[in-house]
Amino acid sequence: MAFLEVKNLKMYYLTLRGWVKAVDDVTFGLEKGDALGLAGESGCGKTSAALSILKLLPHNGKIFDGKIEFDGIDLLKMPDTKFRKEIRWKKISTIFQGAMNALNPVMKCGDQIVEALTFHENINKKEARERAGKLLDLVGIGASRIDRYPHELSGGMKQRTMIAMALACNPDLVIADEPTTALDVIIAAQVLGLMRELQEKLKLTIILITHDLSIISEICNKTAIMYAGKIVEQGDTISVYKEPLHPYSQKLINAFPSVLGDRTSELAGIAGFPPNLLDPPPGCRFHPRCPYAQEKCRTEEPKIVKVDKNHEVACHLIG
Amino acid sequence: MENEIILEVKDLTKHFPIKMGFFKTLLAKEVPVVHAVDSINFKIKKREIFGLVGESGCGKTTTGRLTLRLIEPTAGQVFLEGVDIFSLPENEIRKTRRKIQIIFQDPYESLNPRLSVYDAIAEPLRIQQVIETEEEAENRVKEVMENMDLVPPEEYIYRFPHELSGGQRQRVAIARAFALEPTYVVADEPVSMLDASTRSEVIRLILSLVKKFHVSFLYITHDIALTRYTCNRIAVMYLGKIAEEGPTDDVVLKPLHPYTEALIAAVPVPDPTARRSEIVIKGEVPSAINPPSGCRFHTRCPYAQDKCRTEEPQLVEHKNSRYVACHFPLG
Repeated sequence: MAFLEVKNLKMYYLTLRGWVKAVDDVTFGLEKGDALGLAGESGCGKTSAALSILKLLPHNGKIFDGKIEFDGIDLLKMPDTKFRKEIRWKKISTIFQGAMNALNPVMKCGDQIVEALTFHENINKKEARERAGKLLDLVGIGASRIDRYPHELSGGMKQRTMIAMALACNPDLVIADEPTTALDVIIAAQVLGLMRELQEKLKLTIILITHDLSIISEICNKTAIMYAGKIVEQGDTISVYKEPLHPYSQKLINAFPSVLGDRTSELAGIAGFPPNLLDPPPGCRFHPRCPYAQEKCRTEEPKIVKVDKNHEVACHLIG
Repeated sequence: MENEIILEVKDLTKHFPIKMGFFKTLLAKEVPVVHAVDSINFKIKKREIFGLVGESGCGKTTTGRLTLRLIEPTAGQVFLEGVDIFSLPENEIRKTRRKIQIIFQDPYESLNPRLSVYDAIAEPLRIQQVIETEEEAENRVKEVMENMDLVPPEEYIYRFPHELSGGQRQRVAIARAFALEPTYVVADEPVSMLDASTRSEVIRLILSLVKKFHVSFLYITHDIALTRYTCNRIAVMYLGKIAEEGPTDDVVLKPLHPYTEALIAAVPVPDPTARRSEIVIKGEVPSAINPPSGCRFHTRCPYAQDKCRTEEPQLVEHKNSRYVACHFPLG
């Protein structure tokens, strides 16, 4: 029994022009201590998949089908009030995209952590403040900065505060959505180093959402690649990176420059544009951009198949 | 004529005064300033893509804007094809502006949402009065769009920005810059808002434009990994100063300045089996209001010595057209 299991999840957004199929039949699992990287281009549904786990969907988002099981509990069947009190932030927390804007600008950083603590745990303000200080120490900001306002901190320190906040209630699962996107390379490397360190120290389970494959390779032992609302390939990171099987994964990996690698060829791109999820193409969703597309790809949707113990792919050309 | 210098920057300096309250201004001995750009020099040749690399706040965008005279410098000169653009009177600068263009970072922000692709590209043509009839304008716009791989132009020409993807928008922004066939273009992080798959397409476009139109680029970016695919030469900036300059591959593969080394070590590698060096420099960029004495990097430099704290290193030629501002260059 996996620690987190997402099965056949379908999450659509209602827009004026119809249902946008942001997450369409997505299945993945995580064991305790795993770090899963969920990669894909913008609009492929990776953030929507994560928000479904947290049940933080906007009002026009609806889960149509599927199951999310966490530590043996069916999250989708749980009433919202109970979910808020017992699961969200206490068991599953998140580091939001864009740390710059995710903190409340008129509240001291320490107080924001204290707020999360007093809501979920049965402790008084003084104890909560002490714990907030310890958390700030843990992420390398230092307890002395507990009374700073977000505007007094740099981008990297804000992101560290977000991490401290996510860790406040000792969660089992942390969902990090583009945790380093807004940061400079050196600061991003520091934050990634911190996340790796904390994962080992606190035995965290992490879902890392990013469009940047090089970040996943730094932290995650598992990788899932999404395209147009579906997972096209997943497995342990080394197999996915070293032997990508889906044409989309191959192209996506080649699109990343390696700073010190051989620069034998031009940086490869993927011709064409991602499909409109209001009306995704029939068959394999990647077929309009796929150089190997055959007749079957245009009509029949490929199922995800196991090619190895830890490697699955959804492509007619494989298996 | 390959070595013809298109743009030369000489001792360019820009200090931004800090806004203070009325009484503080009265009492202050001197107004504190942000040292955004401090006495930098570089040259860009014809058909060259010159990269300016650094973290946010290092002054790279300010430099780009100065070379277009979008802002006035505190000191220094910028020569475009031998002419000092800051000495030109206001009414003549518009003529020069035909030859200099900029591509902005975010195509979601830089295009007017109420202008169609056609109007966006035709606007500079109208302002510079290079076209007389609408028919001429349409032909010219279509021609430019074809050069940007926005084909067939009929499909896109009457669309509005919200009907385009990020990559297509950036192509329109580039088309706008190229409508007047400039000789010098500043590209300020032109691909950092784009997805990996479209990013390389836009880079390929930029490279093809250099070949086709013999244009020179100042390519501003924080992504040193990408510069190897785009730039002929790069300069690494730190706190308003150039730390190192040279041919891209030489600088990236054999950095001379400890800051360049740190910047490269921090880049994540898309390979799970490669363990990159764990030396990530600590701390953050110091304030540009009171930059550190001596070498500006000494507060974070793992090799800093006494001399670095007191004496400022000058950018000097190391060897083989590589320049470095460091008392103790690496390698």
